Amino acid sequence: MIQRSRARLWVLAVPVVWLILLLGAPLAIVVLIAFALPADGVPPYSLGFTLDNLWLVASDPLYRDALLRSVRVAGVSTLVCLVLGFPMALAIARAAPRWQNPLLLAVMLPFWTGFLMRINAWIGLLADDGLIVRLFGVSRLLYTDAAMYIGMVYTYLPFMVLPLYARLSRLDPALMEAAADLGAPPWRVFLRVILPLSLPGVAAGAALVFIPALGEYVVPALLGGPQAQLIGKVLWEEFFSNRDWPTASSVAVWLLAVLVVVPVLVSRVASRVQRDRSATNRPMSK
Amino acid sequence: MTGLLITSGLTVHYGATPALDRLDLTVERNELFVLLGSSGSGKTTLLRAVAGFVRPDAGRILLDGADLSGLPPHRRPVNTMFQSYALFPHMSVAANIGFGLRQSGVSRAETRRRVDAMLALVRLEGFGARRPGELSGGQQQRVALARSLAPSPRLLLLDEPLSALDQALRRDTRAELVRLRRSLGISFVLVTHDQDEALQVADRIGIMRDGRMAQVGTPAALYESPADRFVAEFLGAANILPCVVDGSSVALPSLGVAVRAARPGVTGPGLLALRAERLRIGEDGLVNQVEGVVTDSAYAGDTLAVSVRLTDGSVLRVKRSLADGLDTAMMQAGLAVRVGWQPEACMLLPE
Repeated sequence: MIQRSRARLWVLAVPVVWLILLLGAPLAIVVLIAFALPADGVPPYSLGFTLDNLWLVASDPLYRDALLRSVRVAGVSTLVCLVLGFPMALAIARAAPRWQNPLLLAVMLPFWTGFLMRINAWIGLLADDGLIVRLFGVSRLLYTDAAMYIGMVYTYLPFMVLPLYARLSRLDPALMEAAADLGAPPWRVFLRVILPLSLPGVAAGAALVFIPALGEYVVPALLGGPQAQLIGKVLWEEFFSNRDWPTASSVAVWLLAVLVVVPVLVSRVASRVQRDRSATNRPMSK
Repeated sequence: MTGLLITSGLTVHYGATPALDRLDLTVERNELFVLLGSSGSGKTTLLRAVAGFVRPDAGRILLDGADLSGLPPHRRPVNTMFQSYALFPHMSVAANIGFGLRQSGVSRAETRRRVDAMLALVRLEGFGARRPGELSGGQQQRVALARSLAPSPRLLLLDEPLSALDQALRRDTRAELVRLRRSLGISFVLVTHDQDEALQVADRIGIMRDGRMAQVGTPAALYESPADRFVAEFLGAANILPCVVDGSSVALPSLGVAVRAARPGVTGPGLLALRAERLRIGEDGLVNQVEGVVTDSAYAGDTLAVSVRLTDGSVLRVKRSLADGLDTAMMQAGLAVRVGWQPEACMLLPE
């Protein structure tokens, strides 16, 4: 018995050590530096405790606007990924079993080549003399918001499709049949049965897209306009160009705060909606 | 009067193999019709074709004289109770039962009233706010029944509705189904592979085989006068002996005896089918008798199943009632016995 629980401790120890070393420690260092004083030298800070860095990032329009703009870009990208990814995931989940794996493979195939190569390919496609501009007769795409969103959605779409597919493929087809059998036309089967039951997949997909999209700086830098200051790029510049580690760390801490606070708020609202709905159902049976 | 549901020449192919093969069937109004057959005989496919989930390759489906073939499932005045129940896990019991009513535009207040009536009907008052996942299997099954009944369909299709229940619950639910149908006046088509269930609940039974109707009739008609060997052996076990029929005289060549049948059969070679419970051992005064040796017996509480080997080596299974108590002598292997039966027990089938 004791032997057994000790063995279990050892098994647990591996992920615990992993988390401490690769998540806890770096996070602690970042927080520590966010409270430290800037200094000239190596490393470019001296340990201490000040709220100036965090306050600067919160109050200076440069950082604040970049953060808000990043939230908007990530939010819009997530929404577009959801709107495009849901029908894709549904189609794959509904396809004949022998087609499902090839289709999933097609969704993941882009990961097999380098990310920068693919973005460079998009530069060629979106350029003024590129295929898309000439095909659709638009005046200009590259280095605009439109190009940036195309790149973001292109990059993160698989992260939306895969969890949605995982959820949708496990829905019992009999549920859809039962709804249709009871008189629900296809669109209402979708709204009343498929969509509510796929919400966990929507949440997972949205998180998988929103979180990395919030800190993304490569796609906006390569495809977006020069005025597009996003928080990821600001962080990069503070760290590597300005060598201002305390400010960079403060940006990272705020970014993390947004990433934790936003999902908590969303899930609060979601559970309240859920509660309201079941409350309106209750009087049905006294 | 025409039937409520009529299929004519209904054909469904899955790939190259036909699941339904030019099937003709009529279900009358206010009838509990049971589709009986082994798995793969096409009974579930027939149900799904009527509900609209399977598109027939040929043939017509008429409900009250109107052709359903072109209608999608949600436009058919037919409801299904699914084998897996298929309750919506994200909705309350009340919302599940009210789903069909809301789809057909019934008001919220009226839906609430009908849902409460349905809950009372299936004896689940006070369970409306629960989720299906919080109910036992038997309760879920009753919710599924209430949900499919709530929109008052003209025809209710039930796909093995009792298969997931244990024995006692099955018996109760079976009685409940018969009671509900009588009080609601809805026609039921029920699919099962349980012949006891079929015999007990059905007004009429259709026995399916290879996508066609082997025979349709009342439980008694099918059991007492099966059309062929398949039906005789499928619905209740039967002993089958080769024979030569001449009017009501039936010769059993391999045993060297002739027996009498109550109803004359088609003259010529045929098959004699005998139900195990209509055969008796060691009784005098029976018109038909053959001799044999007990090889095996199995005690089942209310009956004793005895296997008797005849002189030609074939084996008759005899189900002996234990109404007069257990006679242990019958259980001895090697005992020489006479097996007898009355002419009414003879069922003459084509070869």
